[in-house]
Amino acid sequence: MEGWGGIGVMMAVAIGFGISSVILSQFLGPSNPTPEKEAPYECGVPPVGDARERQSVKFYLVAMIFLLFDIEVAFLYPWAMALRDLGWFGLAQITVFILILLVGYIYIWRKGVLDWGPESDPDYHVAKVLGPSVVKRYRYGTGN
Amino acid sequence: MGTSAFDAVIPVICVTLAGLVVLLAESFRKKQERMPLGGLALIGLIGAVIACVLLWDRNATSFGMVTADNYALFVNLIILTVGILTVVFSQHTVERDGLPAGEYYALLLFAIVGMMLMVQATDLLLVFLALETMSIAVYVLTGIRFNDARGTEAAFKYFLLGAFASAFLLYGIAFLFGVTGTTSLDGIGTVVAAQSMSGNPMILAAIALLIVGFGFKVGVVPFHQWSPDAYEGAPALVTGFMSTGVKAAAMAAFARIFLSSLEPMITDWAPVLWGVAAITMILGTVVGVAQTNLKRMLAYSSIAHAGYLLVGIVAGNEVGKAAILFYLAAYALTNVAGFAIIGLLGTKAAPNDDLRDYAGLWHTHPALAGLMTIVLLSLGGFPPTAGFIAKWYIFSAAVGSGYYWLAIIGFLSSVVSVFFYLRIVVMMFMTERDARPVPLPVAASAMAGLAVTVAAILYLGILPSRVIDLAAASISTVF
Repeated sequence: MEGWGGIGVMMAVAIGFGISSVILSQFLGPSNPTPEKEAPYECGVPPVGDARERQSVKFYLVAMIFLLFDIEVAFLYPWAMALRDLGWFGLAQITVFILILLVGYIYIWRKGVLDWGPESDPDYHVAKVLGPSVVKRYRYGTGN
Repeated sequence: MGTSAFDAVIPVICVTLAGLVVLLAESFRKKQERMPLGGLALIGLIGAVIACVLLWDRNATSFGMVTADNYALFVNLIILTVGILTVVFSQHTVERDGLPAGEYYALLLFAIVGMMLMVQATDLLLVFLALETMSIAVYVLTGIRFNDARGTEAAFKYFLLGAFASAFLLYGIAFLFGVTGTTSLDGIGTVVAAQSMSGNPMILAAIALLIVGFGFKVGVVPFHQWSPDAYEGAPALVTGFMSTGVKAAAMAAFARIFLSSLEPMITDWAPVLWGVAAITMILGTVVGVAQTNLKRMLAYSSIAHAGYLLVGIVAGNEVGKAAILFYLAAYALTNVAGFAIIGLLGTKAAPNDDLRDYAGLWHTHPALAGLMTIVLLSLGGFPPTAGFIAKWYIFSAAVGSGYYWLAIIGFLSSVVSVFFYLRIVVMMFMTERDARPVPLPVAASAMAGLAVTVAAILYLGILPSRVIDLAAASISTVF
């Protein structure tokens, strides 16, 4: 365990500094709150409404697909950096990789995951006939 | 035939291609259009079987991380057989229960890809990657009836605990890398054999974490909590698939790591696994006796079977290693058939998986009752079935290494387990049927598949020497 003493000291200083600044500002700082100061920080813009709004369940799918294709790109960068060393074999490998992902892409596309608007769903038009409250429930994923 | 860098992965490529084709076919399938997706899956699986047979004795390796030694090929053939049987049994039920066919078969194939790679991997990172490929597909398969509350709950539990177990395994791999400076199994084996590692806390921590990680996947006590819930909530055919395929793949990788790379440490880990095996056999059996749901009963039975398999690893001798392979083959065939019968008799609306539902099955489905009897006898370890030879082989390995107590515990718990298997048999044959509705008719293809499976169980039970020789030969080139 030799050589780790410095890191231990650094961690102790870091933790100590964090805790002591919170405690010291409680005791030393002047306290005269106003409603503006109490409001949640929103980059200077006055906050509008509640942060806990309902989101469409479709964002979940979008996020999941984004993750997959984002990782695809993350793999492409190191390959691009080593393109010349890897040669044709590397190109073949990355092509196979992209083709496999392409199958997944075709699948989500054909299954309608990329149709984000509610209008793309045939059930939506039924909901529209039933009235605006049903549309709203449908749009935010609470209706059936 | 010439050799190339890809030889060892050809079976995996076959199954992957089949999975991709199924996914593409599903993408272009119109609503209500029927497509032979199960047939596509079968083509890929049979192609992989042929590739495995052709690769036999050739010891091909690819990329320095994948091997196609006979040990891997033997287990892969078991996994592929499980896959083929699951597809054959599913053909009818997928349509009947309205499961999403394309997704079902594609996930099945991708899970098999993960299992096969896990068995063939000679690098811990690839073991982990394959384990995740397998597990994620199986989590989704568990909840494939996504509008069924029990299935979703089972999938969620399985996912959370499985992810937790993966973290343990990865942490163990990290510790092993920290000690030995490599993730390759051969490299680890060389370092561990060259230096006296006994008492090194880092490697002991690594071994403990690996045992926890694999213990979860194999489903041994005390890491078994997820399995009764997951097995009960999943559709019965999926349960049959995951209780055999996942277990075979995880057990094979477990044995490969512990009996080759970590074998010099056997005096350190054998006592731990001794205890785990003993409580797994006892608890799996004793708790199984108290169950009235057939799927839960078989879930506890499969926990107990994981305990018997561990006995083979603890014994660690030549007989033990071959016995693990033979046991996996016998167990896989038997359990797939058992869960298939439950799955064929029940739907989502009427699961028919309670013990009472089997009362008088002999009168409504005489053939199924007969086949189920042989399956249950094999699970209980009666001669002349595969289960008997497998257990006898495992216990003789334990005795050969001087683990008399482990063999005695195993023998006693299999005697007790006979009670709950025979209870089902008594229910089927000697109890009158009450006013419950008669279970469904069963498809001819599924019946044919079951008959072949049960014939194989009897073959392994009566004439086991060929498969035993094969198992012994396939480990001799590896360990």
